[in-house]
Amino acid sequence: MSPQILQFLYLFSAIFFIWGLKSLGSPKTARRGMHMAEIGMLLAIVGTLFHHEIVTYKWIICALVLGSAIGASISIWIPMTAVPQRTAISHAGGALAACLVGVSEYYTHGEHLGMVTMAIIGVEVMLGSLTFTGSIMAATKLQGLIRGVPITYRGQNVFNIGLLGVMISIVVILVFSPGLTSLFYLLAALSLLFGFLLVLPIGAADMPVVIAMLNAYAGLTDAAMGFMILNRIQIITGSLDGSSGLILSVLMCKAMNRPLRNVIFGAFGKISQDASSETDSRKKPIREAAVDDVSIILENARSVVFVPGYGMAVSQAQHRVRELADTLKALNVTVRYAIHPVAGRMPGHMNVLLAEANVPYDELYDMDQINPYFPETDAVIIVGANDVVNPAAKRNPGSPIYGMPIIDAEKAKCVIVCKRSLAPGFAGIDNELYYNENTLMFFGDAKESMQKLTTEMKKLQGAHA
Amino acid sequence: MGAELLQISDLYIFILAAFLGYQLISRVPPLLHTPLMSATNAISGISLVGSLILAGSNQNTVSTVLGFIAVTASTVNVVGGFIITDRILKMFKKEPK
Repeated sequence: MSPQILQFLYLFSAIFFIWGLKSLGSPKTARRGMHMAEIGMLLAIVGTLFHHEIVTYKWIICALVLGSAIGASISIWIPMTAVPQRTAISHAGGALAACLVGVSEYYTHGEHLGMVTMAIIGVEVMLGSLTFTGSIMAATKLQGLIRGVPITYRGQNVFNIGLLGVMISIVVILVFSPGLTSLFYLLAALSLLFGFLLVLPIGAADMPVVIAMLNAYAGLTDAAMGFMILNRIQIITGSLDGSSGLILSVLMCKAMNRPLRNVIFGAFGKISQDASSETDSRKKPIREAAVDDVSIILENARSVVFVPGYGMAVSQAQHRVRELADTLKALNVTVRYAIHPVAGRMPGHMNVLLAEANVPYDELYDMDQINPYFPETDAVIIVGANDVVNPAAKRNPGSPIYGMPIIDAEKAKCVIVCKRSLAPGFAGIDNELYYNENTLMFFGDAKESMQKLTTEMKKLQGAHA
Repeated sequence: MGAELLQISDLYIFILAAFLGYQLISRVPPLLHTPLMSATNAISGISLVGSLILAGSNQNTVSTVLGFIAVTASTVNVVGGFIITDRILKMFKKEPK
């Protein structure tokens, strides 16, 4: 195939990709748009197979078959709760691919590389390697293979920044003397180490930011590879991917009211001990409720808002939540769901889980949309969420989460907190909400509690009929 | 030096695509942030194109092996990414009226 026709195909692919991303602006158009993107991808791949430089197909076919088998089996079988891990792994894979192509280019041309190309390969290999190990680390933490708590040691930040400095210096040296082969491989090794160390101190609850950040790095690595092989479609997709990751990281950071720097170097969840106000709130009593107390409140409610958190994902309670919501709707109660941007382990995590449980998406409300409704809401049911509803974020300047935008659950007439125990959330801070007068603590496993409530509500419904 | 000039002019494409990305992604509602991530993953599997040429151009053994791994990894992303995105998007429904 002539290079002109191939470039033309790539142009079409780029248009289809952009179209696909644009269609993600609404759940109505999203699926169709992604099918367009799939066609774009197919065009680009099939066109490339006719590229004049390709002389042997043996390995290509093996790799395509192997990759498709792995990719398809993972994506068809994994449960929706494991989507964050899968996303992290795919960042690792994308970064690895781009990094290896860069290594190969260096291996083949080495000292004959021009300055610009060498700089690009240096950045590509550095970013690719650190994204690879960083994403693997993130996935292991998300899968629970390593405990989600931040791992810190003295001088960690100084060491990491020093390491990054060394890596950048090596890239600069290589630009001027690309023949220093051992230095190039040292760069790859150090970058692999850096990625690992970068994610090590970050707690599981900060994963929405980390995943988005790694997404941005993977995109930039891809773009760098595009510059290296002068492939414009790859520059475009890498750039789109990179800006998507960057925007999501910024959104997640805003939702936690923390600068990106603080997430990376802060090792959240360590600060817990010195949170002030916890002593005075400890003394306050809580009000504990049983199933029948809660069901009476719900029976008399006209509007109910569910606030899901990571606890719902852990106990896989989303289906039970939806059943309870269905029962409530049968009693003419308005049901809404309030989704905090950082609830769960990746951007949009809660929406996916609730959609999986057949919750219609027009009942899912973002934090800013739902907050004005709370004063007229009769009951809020908090399922496995904690810090995102903690009023200390608004009132207690000494709290580590002070300034974080929260879901205003406390403004509702009654707040029902569904929780295993009084144990604090990931920030390790006490939740003032639990001691409010209008708060009822409904202890137990989220899934079982929802089940019990549904059974009780159905009984009441039967009595009315 | 010709190739190097080309790389610099390609910065235009990169920057413009970044602005376009900003416009497009800002309009994606938080509802769809997870499928957005898996979709950009799938699309960025376009690195497959470069990997294919590397794996098939028979330059030397090292390049062929690295190319093989790169093609496998990118294919996992393309195929896996599009399948999971579709699986997720299929679940987003409005209430049947």
